Amino acid sequence: MRDKRARPSQRWRPLGNWRYAPPFVLLLSLLILWQGATAIWQIESYILPSPWEILQAGIQARGLLAQHTWQTAQETFWGFLLALGAGFSLGLAIDFSPFLRDALYPVLVISQTIPIIAIAPLLVIWFGYGIWPKIIVVGLVCFFPIAVNTADGLRAADPEMISLLRTMGASYKDIFLKVRLPGALPMIFTGVKVAITYSVVGAILGEWVGGSKGLGIFMLRSTNSFRTDWVFASIAVTAVLSVLLFGSVKLLERLTLRWYYTAAREERWEEIQKK
Amino acid sequence: MSTEPPPIEVRHVSKAFRVDGRFVQALRDVSLMARAQEFVSLIGPSGCGKSTLLNIISGLMEPDEGVILLHGKPGEQRLGRIGYMPQRDLLLPWRRLLDNILLGPEVMGRDLEQARQEARELLPLFGLQGFEDAYPATLSGGMRQRAALMRTFLCKQEIILLDEPFGALDALTRRTMRSWLLEVWARFRQTLLFVTHDVDEAIFLSDRIYVLSPRPGHVVRELTIELPRPREERVVSSSTFAAYREEILAALGL
Repeated sequence: MRDKRARPSQRWRPLGNWRYAPPFVLLLSLLILWQGATAIWQIESYILPSPWEILQAGIQARGLLAQHTWQTAQETFWGFLLALGAGFSLGLAIDFSPFLRDALYPVLVISQTIPIIAIAPLLVIWFGYGIWPKIIVVGLVCFFPIAVNTADGLRAADPEMISLLRTMGASYKDIFLKVRLPGALPMIFTGVKVAITYSVVGAILGEWVGGSKGLGIFMLRSTNSFRTDWVFASIAVTAVLSVLLFGSVKLLERLTLRWYYTAAREERWEEIQKK
Repeated sequence: MSTEPPPIEVRHVSKAFRVDGRFVQALRDVSLMARAQEFVSLIGPSGCGKSTLLNIISGLMEPDEGVILLHGKPGEQRLGRIGYMPQRDLLLPWRRLLDNILLGPEVMGRDLEQARQEARELLPLFGLQGFEDAYPATLSGGMRQRAALMRTFLCKQEIILLDEPFGALDALTRRTMRSWLLEVWARFRQTLLFVTHDVDEAIFLSDRIYVLSPRPGHVVRELTIELPRPREERVVSSSTFAAYREEILAALGL
């Protein structure tokens, strides 16, 4: 009794094969167009520098850029850790009791309607010009998708699977750890991916309101001194930092959720997309 | 026949649900039992409350009226004492096959090393050797169903409930699965309550059959199948088999 359809092999492709070529080509073409445009229309460098000028300016200011980037990276890291802890805990709390769900969920949604720009100066008043206000801004910007996806992911558990474990005499803890949490992980990771995309921008936002170091500060100073090329260089660094962070979460996700990204599933998607 | 009380007995059980504001009577005064190591089938049209009955027997639900007795004793804790295999295989997608199969012993806090060893020895019987490390998503429907069955058997409960375990499989696979199920059962010899809506399947497998009416579910007929064991596929074309089939179809009103 063997089924031919089943394959024991679990081909595993963490990053796909050539899927990352198209965005590179697209990005490169845009940069070439940009370069050409600045040359043809002779645009002044303080209005719009060419990509080549930006690259040169970035290399020229690399020491400075590195210092500021390091600062922003630290803020981002600790802020994101805070968001992860707070988001996951809030998600658990919402899941834990219907009362907490009713109480917390609307408050969380309302919290997202508050413009961070408005409370960031308050954070500076409360916590000073140090790293804390920035960490808190990153936390505030990032916790929400993690909290909501944790709560919803835990709720999405298959009731029949829970029943099955109950017939085995499983405890609440068993059901949580063996069914609900693993089942929620794909959704939690989605929340984390959304959150990490905002995180660097959150840190820069925090710096704008008050600070002496960081990419945000560097951007402000460069704008004020008409070093548009440095503004763009720091934007590029911000983008690279964000992409790197997103990429590491994605990689972690692939490593953690190998069951979710089985070869069979990927192939099915490829088939669907062909049609 | 021994005077010992049966491992499982359902006595005058009724159950109603409120669906969209009105009451639906799922079960009405159902009484049945299974003796030790007996293969008992419940057959009835779809929607006759078979699954509700299994949910009640397993302890997931309590009846509105009536009692469930384990070895003659009412009011026993049933969750964790009765093996239950629902219609869907419900393998946990994030667990590799062997870890899925060992879910029961794991939850029950048994010696996992020993259970794993035993499971490995049993894999060939369930046609799953070589697939220990596969994720469920990569397996065929038949294999998943056999894995779910193996998981149920390895819970090592004295009573096992199977809810249309072959319902989702194609007719050919079902035929091979039923002979194979008898082989497996012969090895474990647990008391089996088997829910199906396939008349031939019920006769082929069972010692006894309860025929249920459409909703509200009620036992309309009880038959003892006296075909000798071990049974082979060709018994299906015997005249005794045909007589049983007639009787059940008549009881079902077909």
